[in-house]
Amino acid sequence: MINFERFTLDNGLRVLVHEDPATPMAVLNVLYDVGARDEDEHKTGFAHLFEHLMFGGSINIPSYDEPLQRVGGENNAFTTNDITNYYIQVPAVNLETAFWLESDRMLSLAFSEKSLEVQRNVVCEEFKQRYLNQPYGDVWLNLRPLAFKTHPYKWATIGKELSHIENATLEDVKDFFAKHYNPQNAILVVAGKVKLEEVKQLAEKWFGPIPSGQKYDRNLPQEQLQTEARTQTIQAKVPLNAIYKAFHIGDRNQKEFYATDLISDLLSRGDSSRLYRSLVKEQQLFSEINAYVSGDMDPGLFIVEGKLVNGVEMEQAEAAIESELNRLKNEQLQADELTKVKNKIESTMVFSELNLLDRAMNLAYFELLGDANNYNFEREKYQAVTASQIQEQANKIFSSSNCSTLYYLSQN
Amino acid sequence: MILDRKSEPQFKAISNIKLIKPEVDKLKNGISLYFIDASEADLVRVEFIFSNTQWSIDQPLVIGATNSMLNEGTPHYTASQLADKIDFYGAFFQHEAGFDHSSVTLYSLNKHLKSTLPIIKEIITEACFPEQELATYVQNSKQKLQVNQQKNDFLARKKFNQVLFGDHSYYGYNVQAEDYDKLSREQLLGVRRKQYTANNCTIIVSGKVKAEERQLITELFGNEDWLSEELLKVDQPLLKPSSTAKHLVERPDALQSAIRLGKPLFNKTHPDFQSMQVLNTVFGGYFGSRLMSNIREDKGYTYGIGSAIVSLKDAGYFFVATEVGADVCSNALTEIYKEIDILKNNPIPEEELSLVRNYMLGSFLGSLENAFSHADKFKGILFYGLDYDYYDNFFETVKTVTPQHLQELANKYLADDFLEVVVGKK
Repeated sequence: MINFERFTLDNGLRVLVHEDPATPMAVLNVLYDVGARDEDEHKTGFAHLFEHLMFGGSINIPSYDEPLQRVGGENNAFTTNDITNYYIQVPAVNLETAFWLESDRMLSLAFSEKSLEVQRNVVCEEFKQRYLNQPYGDVWLNLRPLAFKTHPYKWATIGKELSHIENATLEDVKDFFAKHYNPQNAILVVAGKVKLEEVKQLAEKWFGPIPSGQKYDRNLPQEQLQTEARTQTIQAKVPLNAIYKAFHIGDRNQKEFYATDLISDLLSRGDSSRLYRSLVKEQQLFSEINAYVSGDMDPGLFIVEGKLVNGVEMEQAEAAIESELNRLKNEQLQADELTKVKNKIESTMVFSELNLLDRAMNLAYFELLGDANNYNFEREKYQAVTASQIQEQANKIFSSSNCSTLYYLSQN
Repeated sequence: MILDRKSEPQFKAISNIKLIKPEVDKLKNGISLYFIDASEADLVRVEFIFSNTQWSIDQPLVIGATNSMLNEGTPHYTASQLADKIDFYGAFFQHEAGFDHSSVTLYSLNKHLKSTLPIIKEIITEACFPEQELATYVQNSKQKLQVNQQKNDFLARKKFNQVLFGDHSYYGYNVQAEDYDKLSREQLLGVRRKQYTANNCTIIVSGKVKAEERQLITELFGNEDWLSEELLKVDQPLLKPSSTAKHLVERPDALQSAIRLGKPLFNKTHPDFQSMQVLNTVFGGYFGSRLMSNIREDKGYTYGIGSAIVSLKDAGYFFVATEVGADVCSNALTEIYKEIDILKNNPIPEEELSLVRNYMLGSFLGSLENAFSHADKFKGILFYGLDYDYYDNFFETVKTVTPQHLQELANKYLADDFLEVVVGKK
């Protein structure tokens, strides 16, 4: 349970306050309602590149990091296909410094050529480090365009290709800022050893004067229903053959999300899970196997991925995965197994709430999904899932015409 | 009044950092059960920590394999039954074999502790390492190693430890796939019997820890039924740094090269350790560090670069690590050495040092998130025979160490004989 209060400034900025007197720290989290899905198809990777530029100095403050470090604070940010999230952790006595810094970069950036040039390089190195210079690092660069034909989820957050980042101009940066970075498109969460009244006063003081800007009207091309199986084979410099199966599922706000998420837990969470037990331990077809949902805000993917034991045929490995998925479709789940995955969800949530930053980020994200208070009902929603709903979802999701399969074959 | 956005708000110095010290129960078999009861939420973490048994080059992986396979079967339960029992109660079982200690950790909701804890007892005291499970472990571990050996940063880390410590200790030994074939069930059983005993065990409990939890742990783990007759004796590791300073592992297709360079230092029992932590933070220990400012934020050679000081039971070392564009690898190396020279040749400006002082104190404060973090701070001193004075000294050093002293330390400890590993292209 996360308690919070909520108010909105005149410029449209939504503010949530979570008081936790037990910690000496404060968190200031700003979520911007923009992600890689909002990019132009010919300028991909931009939301993420932009996140880097947010640290290159703002209109009144030449350096973002230094003043924060000087008051004992730390910060970071991340970009996904849906959102861009910035956070500061600071000793609560120095909360105002966080307001000062965060509000100035919402007001306006410095837009320096040097910063753009350097961050283009940094992001290109990130692209190489995480996606190109790693075995299997480019899986999502290949899997996304296979699974999505129209929706912008067809490109990865990092971008389709290095050249999109290399070609970014300062004009692009300015346009992107004007379009997405304003109070109407942001959610501010302040959490920790703070008081509602104090936060109200600081929010008014620092964020209140920022012009509200244009509300961004999202209108993305939606993915058409997939009607036949898709496959792609990649010969790669990887040591082991691998398989990736992506099935279309609904969005994060659909009530079916909870049954779908539990299916991924049944399949691969913990050593007692079905895929691990059957395909890794008993049949020894895979050395690693995993199932998970993407949890995207638009309709996303259910992924099953595994690395094959040396010498095992791809057909046999794939048939074994399908046979486990068929079991979910054809046999109703025993009560014990369902209780097991629900218990795991319960303890995961209790453990996650220990962390102040997690609480702040969850509030911001659930507010974006519709209402921060829904976070407090998550546990109940998982608890309410029945065995027949699981079976129903399995039947809906796991069909070959709903599946895109990527095979990695080792050239080594 | 017009809002002044140019000047930073008034800020306060960070004071009053309060660490929660554990209380201790002495169990009748000699185990110290340390506990930190500091959680509103109904959850608890129970850690069982064991000193590693003697490492031997004939069996380089047996300590890690024993730890990894504790939950792969006992005389009463198969691996799959054990997994069912842990997973059913939503608990998390973790095991880790470090250079000096191996541990088994249970995370559980308090209401399930009485169901989950007996399984941990069974795992620790009766693990029997079935042949079939061992074969699966060997096969899958080799495959994971094969994947890791395609990663430059992994190769650089392994090679660097080997260069730094030599091949004759757990600290430096560079594992190869065929080492897994040397594992046998008998050897794992031997390590379990020697190492996972009450004589060699420390228990640290954190979270919501009331009389009920302590009693439960004491009843299960406080008896003499798992004492060993002989005490564990471990020799000092034989550490021999490489006599060659520069090592290149060529990977012709590399887009980036992984760099790791550094040198032996000391561990946290040394009087200069904390001052060196300040020096390290300035150099490469935080986002605004000199390495990051120069090599990422000015040159754009890398996504990230950092340095650290590592403290082990019988050694310590300082290192720099990064992955840089293959075409700028030599330039990056030049810049790293240049930054080291600047530390030696110039005192750190007071303004920069003052920022780092505040950053380090704030970061320490932020690391005290919950009961688990307080337990981690305790672990950080317990196995070095240090007391909480260590942290008082740390705060004092961070607040008062002078630029002149740091410059002296740079000259004393960061002299020119760095060991350097590059994986990729230079």
